[in-house]
Amino acid sequence: MGVDIRVENLNAWYGNTHTLQDINLHIPSNHATALIGPSGCGKSTFVRCLNRMHETNPIARAEGSVLMGGLDIYKDATPVEIRRRVGMVFQRPNPFPTMSIYDNVASGLKLNGFRNKRMLDEVVERSLKQAALWEEVKDDLRKKSGASISGGQQQRLCIARALAVDPEVLLMDEPASALDPVSTAKIEDLIFQLKTQYTIVIVTHNMQQAARVAANTGFFLNGKLVEFGATTTIFTNPHDKRTEDYITGRFG
Amino acid sequence: MKLGTRFPRSATMHRLHELRRSAMNHFVTGLAVFSTVLVLVPLVAILGYLIYKGASSLNLAFFTHVPAPVGDPGGGMANAIVGSGVILGLASLIGIPVGIAAGVYLAEYGRGRILGNLVRFTADVLNGVPAIVMGIAVYALIVAKQHHFSGFAGGVALAIMMIPTVSRTTEEMLATVPHAIREAALGLGIPKWRTILSISLRTASPGIITGCMLAFARVAGETAPLLFTAFGNQFWSFDLNQPIAALPLQIYVYAVSPYDEWHRLAWAGALVLIVMIMGAVTLVRIFANRGALQGGH
Repeated sequence: MGVDIRVENLNAWYGNTHTLQDINLHIPSNHATALIGPSGCGKSTFVRCLNRMHETNPIARAEGSVLMGGLDIYKDATPVEIRRRVGMVFQRPNPFPTMSIYDNVASGLKLNGFRNKRMLDEVVERSLKQAALWEEVKDDLRKKSGASISGGQQQRLCIARALAVDPEVLLMDEPASALDPVSTAKIEDLIFQLKTQYTIVIVTHNMQQAARVAANTGFFLNGKLVEFGATTTIFTNPHDKRTEDYITGRFG
Repeated sequence: MKLGTRFPRSATMHRLHELRRSAMNHFVTGLAVFSTVLVLVPLVAILGYLIYKGASSLNLAFFTHVPAPVGDPGGGMANAIVGSGVILGLASLIGIPVGIAAGVYLAEYGRGRILGNLVRFTADVLNGVPAIVMGIAVYALIVAKQHHFSGFAGGVALAIMMIPTVSRTTEEMLATVPHAIREAALGLGIPKWRTILSISLRTASPGIITGCMLAFARVAGETAPLLFTAFGNQFWSFDLNQPIAALPLQIYVYAVSPYDEWHRLAWAGALVLIVMIMGAVTLVRIFANRGALQGGH
């Protein structure tokens, strides 16, 4: 089951650039939450702060608190522990090219020392079914490289890989922006089904996509969270003039 | 859009332009083919000449017998073949792990650090140290301290020569592993050391294996570092604590001797050495490609 995320006074920097400024918001559990905003507004930095990937860049740092189900991920846990509980799907599909489809899905467990073969088989099948990829790859699980399938399939493979470690939160950084419309529709269907079991945070440039999958939407601009609320409100009756300008296409 | 419709141009001019373009294309392709042939000529020539000079002296005794005294017919280089194998095995056992570990440090931890730059600089300098100097250095460090020549000292000398090549190729190959793949691993909660070991090194392994093979092939033919270390002998010995025979040493001794019979054996030894190196490299390639997946690298 998913957990809720409470972000308090989160600030982030790349070198001297203040990319996130005093972010406060509450992301409810077991819902999909969309983050929209123009390029460079900080929404990617924000999700990367939620699994402490932000700090893998040597010049990056973050301050503030992120409470995941009550646990302060910056104080009470190591980055490795947090990333095992928070799955991440990136903009471009990034399967491990030297691994088979099976090993890609099993990698999170195997490389953390999990060796029970029967259990691994079960997890791989369950995760691939959850990612709606099982039927397409079940005959080539160990024969084909994770990089040999199509881009849309690769992205679903990456989702299966993230789900295999049984996370509570799933972060998706523009997961469909490199895919064709058919593959995009499949990913959106997936988000729709997965949000009942996981807390999903999805960054997107596509406002229709936000409207289709997310219960709540946040609008970022220049490192600040301008507005956060129910998706229908944000899109039909935004409180802030800047949100309205953005969603009506007046800038960005 | 049809070609040539963008600018008003007569049919003859268009034809002329096409002819020039096509001629240039043929010229450059020809140049590339010529260069390839130029690269292959020395290899084929050397191998051909070795077969011509050496193959006739090859027989079973060459691979099963130790050297015979001057004047005695027959005799072989069995001890030198085995000795080379032992020394190279030891050199690889030391040089490859140390080289790869140093390469990992340079690529994953030492970026922009003083120690990293120092290690990189040292490796580059070490790569340029003449082989004979390496022999003298190991002589002073090991042989002089122990008061006797040894196969171990020979292995160490060759290992030190392998390290710079192995570490620099490891560093360069790790740098070609896409950042996205590391992020995928870190994002799964896989610790950094595990990510390096199971993801980065594995993705870079074809290039790293090539680097190891280059280093191996280079030191396999080295004579100078062994002159003051392994020293060579004329009898069976597997003791790493004693002087040990090696093919390059044996070839050197035989080639500078005044005896025709030994000259012929030196040619045969050279042929065996080059075939052994090619065989080892091919075997590793086949072994490394086994179990490759469809559509991977």
